[in-house]
Amino acid sequence: MADMISIRSVSRYYGIYKALDDVSLDIGAGEFFSLLGPSGCGKTTLLRSIAGFDTPTSGDIRIDGQSVIGTPPNRRPTNMVFQNYAIFPHLNVEENVAYGLKRLKLDTAEERRRVGAALEQVRLGALGKRGANELSGGQRQRVALARALVMRPKVLLLDEPLSALDKKLREEMQVELRSLQKAVGITFILVTHDQYEALGLSDRIAVMFGGRIAQVATPKDIYQHPLTREVADFLGGMNFMKARVTGETAGELSVETHRFGNVRVSKPLGFAARDGHATLGIRPERLRVLWDDAEADHSLEGQVVDRHYFGEITHLIVDVPGMEKPLSVSETNNFGADDIPVGAPIRLAYDPDALVALRD
Amino acid sequence: MSGRHGIAKSRWLPAYVVVYLAFLYLPILLLPIFSFNNAAATTFPLAGFTLKWYASLWTNTVMLEAARNSLFVGICVATLSTGLGICAARALTRYRFRGREAANGLLMAPLFLPEIIVAVSLLMIILQIGMELSLATVILGQTVFCLPYAMSVLTSGFEGFDRSLEEASLDLGETAFGTFRRVTLPVVAPAIVSSLLVSFTISLDEFILAFFLSGTEPTLPVYIWGQLRFAAKLPSVLALGSIMIALSIILLTTAEIIRRRAERRIQGA
Repeated sequence: MADMISIRSVSRYYGIYKALDDVSLDIGAGEFFSLLGPSGCGKTTLLRSIAGFDTPTSGDIRIDGQSVIGTPPNRRPTNMVFQNYAIFPHLNVEENVAYGLKRLKLDTAEERRRVGAALEQVRLGALGKRGANELSGGQRQRVALARALVMRPKVLLLDEPLSALDKKLREEMQVELRSLQKAVGITFILVTHDQYEALGLSDRIAVMFGGRIAQVATPKDIYQHPLTREVADFLGGMNFMKARVTGETAGELSVETHRFGNVRVSKPLGFAARDGHATLGIRPERLRVLWDDAEADHSLEGQVVDRHYFGEITHLIVDVPGMEKPLSVSETNNFGADDIPVGAPIRLAYDPDALVALRD
Repeated sequence: MSGRHGIAKSRWLPAYVVVYLAFLYLPILLLPIFSFNNAAATTFPLAGFTLKWYASLWTNTVMLEAARNSLFVGICVATLSTGLGICAARALTRYRFRGREAANGLLMAPLFLPEIIVAVSLLMIILQIGMELSLATVILGQTVFCLPYAMSVLTSGFEGFDRSLEEASLDLGETAFGTFRRVTLPVVAPAIVSSLLVSFTISLDEFILAFFLSGTEPTLPVYIWGQLRFAAKLPSVLALGSIMIALSIILLTTAEIIRRRAERRIQGA
């Protein structure tokens, strides 16, 4: 896949505050790429630098091979869907979508055809004459999408486009956004703080903290093999524990844990043991309740100290003797996990492959 | 329901509202009634319908001169206070800077200062620096006085203006100037028109500053004040007053309609 966006050592300082700290990143043509991180991590600054609304203090940004440093937003081959959609309030839906085309001086028929096609694409064909203030949140987002896509950008930038919608609509729009991207085939870059959104939509995700990129990987890879403790923690729950490193090869670590036995885990990039110890993690859903007298190759025993009901699943907080912190266990309610009383003894099964070593 | 007890049930409240509104508007209603009355005295019973007091206005050259002065002053004051108001409102709504609150307070303060004190102070300063009293001094004084009104209309218009609209326009390929013309201006235009109308109306009715600062060229309110000494002139003053009230109501209503429509449009968006 050819690189559409190439970001080289980009930094952005506001006084002494580093919004972006030596960020390098390549995004392929036709890729659905997400920038994920907590607020203030620099993801929006990076997106606005690509759009041209923010200028890096140093470094280079190339779009389709061309450096765009110094190019104003109106002459970049990118278009943006703003967080609040920024629909022009004095124009109707069609006029909003046609706004950028007006400068291209197309003939009327061609302009109308392109506006119509863009509205069809976002399933707003019937609402062309609707005023900007007569639209629902979901419709406003579709107008913003159509208005950007009609310009046929090489890259579509989306700044938290779903955060203003309620949960149900958000889930619908996620599905639609994904199929829209497949249909138009251009590069989408999505900024979000919602890990489920990033996991569900993206081809690849970059997780950012404090102006730096912590990890770039596919959703599955980043969820199952987070490099650092921060990334693991941000992408859903994770039980952390300390383990003693007993052996180290180029790609693997042998560690000795308190309750999970001696295991071999793959070594995260850039790993360095601290005082001969490493941080290990296991996701709450990788710990399963062992019912009645069922047996498993690997199991541990504990006691339920707290319980949180979430409808389809229950979170059990299980105290395991010898562990620093109680384990968090996520179990489906199909077998009655929601009926396990607090205080009950419990046995948990796990797969040693589910343990990952993490950089601190 | 428990919530409907108390105030809503009082029979005195509607009566109070009626008395209050009568006190407020009855005198103003008398003005047009007597202006159509075919008698020089403003007493009941009415003597019959006439338009002669209105007709007499058209031949009164001194009055027409005052009307021209008022029009000129009104247009200048509206333009100046709206122009200055745009700059101030933009700065106050768009930027965060040291002394922002203080600047806002000081700009709005003339709203609460006793007008006569402002007028006397301005008169003193103008005489001190040796400026001649003229329509120009009236314009200056009234601009200071109108600025807070213009600002409050403009800031409410500008506050709803979302900066990302300008960014969206740039993002869609438009230039900075094109963005101003195609987005910024149309979105804030209603607030500007509304501010022009409000300032003009206030200037048209304003008396104290005009009285102190106008020299030999009276504006309409100053002219009316001068005519009140002659009982025989009263009916034509009433006719003139009626016209001014009608004009003020029309202008202010238009301004409010424009402002509300714009507010709805921006908030809905």
